[in-house]
Amino acid sequence: MKSRMENKREDLVHLYQVMLTIRRFEERVVIDYRSGAIPGIVHSYIGQEAVATGVCTNLRLDDRIVSNHRGHGHCIAKGADLNRMMAEIYGRKTGYCKGKGGSMHIADFSIGMLGANGIVAAGLPIAAGAALAAQLEGGDRVVVLFFGDGATNEGEFHEVLNLASIWKLPLIFACENNLYSVNTPVQYATGLEHVSERATGGYGIPGVIVDGNDVVAVYEATKKTVAEVRAGGGPVFLEFMTYRWRGHFEAPGIPDLRPAEELEAWKGKCPIAGLERILLENGIVSRQTLEEINVQVMQRIENAVSYAVESPFPAPEDALEGVFSS
Amino acid sequence: MRKISYEQAASEALLEEFRRDEKTIHLSTDVPPDLRKEFGEARIRQTPISESSFVGAAIGLAGSGFRPVVNIRMATFGFVAMDQFVNQAAKITYMFGGQARFPIVYRMTVGASKSFAAQHSISPYSMYMNVPGLKIILPATPYDIKGLMKTAIRDNNPVICFEHMALEAMEGEVPEDEYTIPFGQAVIRREGTDVTVVALAKMVHEALAIAEEMKLEGISLEVIDPCTLIPLDRETIKASVAKTGRLVVVDEACITCGAAAEFTALVVEEEQIFRRLKSSPKRVCGLDIPIPYSPPMEQYALPSREKIKAAVREAMT
Ligand SMILES: Cc1ncc(C[n+]2csc(CCOP(=O)(O)OP(=O)(O)O)c2C)c(N)n1
Ligand SMILES: [Mg+2]
Repeated sequence: MKSRMENKREDLVHLYQVMLTIRRFEERVVIDYRSGAIPGIVHSYIGQEAVATGVCTNLRLDDRIVSNHRGHGHCIAKGADLNRMMAEIYGRKTGYCKGKGGSMHIADFSIGMLGANGIVAAGLPIAAGAALAAQLEGGDRVVVLFFGDGATNEGEFHEVLNLASIWKLPLIFACENNLYSVNTPVQYATGLEHVSERATGGYGIPGVIVDGNDVVAVYEATKKTVAEVRAGGGPVFLEFMTYRWRGHFEAPGIPDLRPAEELEAWKGKCPIAGLERILLENGIVSRQTLEEINVQVMQRIENAVSYAVESPFPAPEDALEGVFSS
Repeated sequence: MRKISYEQAASEALLEEFRRDEKTIHLSTDVPPDLRKEFGEARIRQTPISESSFVGAAIGLAGSGFRPVVNIRMATFGFVAMDQFVNQAAKITYMFGGQARFPIVYRMTVGASKSFAAQHSISPYSMYMNVPGLKIILPATPYDIKGLMKTAIRDNNPVICFEHMALEAMEGEVPEDEYTIPFGQAVIRREGTDVTVVALAKMVHEALAIAEEMKLEGISLEVIDPCTLIPLDRETIKASVAKTGRLVVVDEACITCGAAAEFTALVVEEEQIFRRLKSSPKRVCGLDIPIPYSPPMEQYALPSREKIKAAVREAMT
């Protein structure tokens, strides 16, 4: 990771705080899932924190994002409330979706987080619609669409690339290429080294390949892209090369078949440790400041868990409410 | 007799049929290791996450002389490929005047109860029952899935095998010797005299447990598992209701336009049986809501033993 002294101290510290919040949040979710306190399935974002953080830090409150099954990091980075997120994951009435959605379906429309999605690639057309709305309204809002390498094999992906291209939508494709969909290597499933080739080669959408574990690189690349898209330049495809540290999801049933050495090598490229080095080696912050940040983050996670645990479960009959809007 | 799990029984059926017929071919995003080891990469193919393509490719393979087995995993992923199921697989035999055969097995898991939330929990068999041209099987035991799966692979039509996810680990007796189970034969899981309970998938086991409990109340339940929905063994159900005069249908799928409505229509439409009814037929089904995540709401959305018993008691009054 390169040292980028042109970045302001506050910006770098902010990136650090957000990444650490995601990491600690996810670690806690894994522990509480294992202990049986959290039902269902959760897909951990650990290892990919730099992507959500570096991207969303460039967005305004009125910009929108659409997420996928591995969505906690996107939510946190867009500014979602940890208490209501944790309460949702715990299945409580005070959660973002009143306990109806759970880990895979957190949304906060008030901050432009239009929802995680349990169906691979299903968020893509929805994001295209949100981008069309932004275009029709005439402002300079942008939409960022988070999806994995695996999603690029669904027909919807190709259809949306085409729509975005011909309508010049203010849409940023943020592909998290973590090299696998479950246990299928991206090279097998796509025949390509980089899935952004599909956007550039097939649909004339500019593509940028970014080190997704270098939060400063993610931040800088997105900053440039957001400015271009806001100015009406049409869609851009950002391909972030990264890796998930945990199995596909936190549940028995699917073994992790990825090579152990590969995982270890990627752990050596930890996005948080990388930024920590920049901060310390350049004397931007002291170790003590980092420790204070860690304590604050841990406190917020603790508070979120307490909020969730102390919140009531929905009543069974609450299930009947909300199939239709009033 | 030896006991194996529902999942193992299904794998055995595949292994045996893949040995028996070299035109069988397997498509799925997650490769079954045992099949891959024995039959290799060409026949046991790993697919990208491209449901429309591999559901449709199976049609092309089948029409070209192969016998594809496609594992889609969750039924909710199958919706991505709806055109290939509904407009293509279901209609192609008829529409082209029977020029070719389309032997395909599509496997999908159904059901709720694991807090997987709405996009990973559904029992959509009746949606497909509404589309002529698809055979639909719904095995409820390890014995059944093995025998029905083998028949499905040998059938010359598109067959959808719906497998309830809560049954995967369930163990049951499965003989070592080879057998197949014909489609269209309901099984009377328990004989009784007072109320006919037609139950589907996981609900078969709930109904059997309730039958045991209700014996203590002096109510005798006859529990019927249709096993296959298309073709449907109407005669066994009708004969049972003609005997008991009462029908309760138990299905986890949403109540509106579900399979349960079909069973109910079956007994009220036929004058002979209608006359013998001692009370109106009852349906105990999933509520008409997307499956919610949080456990108290999810349980509420599904048929509970209490609700089933209440329906039986009501049928008795
Ligand atoms: C249409 C559909 N097919 C299959 C699945 C099951 N599934 C969930 S996540 C996933 C892998 C997705 O891979 P990728 O897009 O690379 O995201 P990653 O999990 O690597 O973050 C699969 C196959 C699904 N949810 N939806
Ligand atoms: Mg991936």
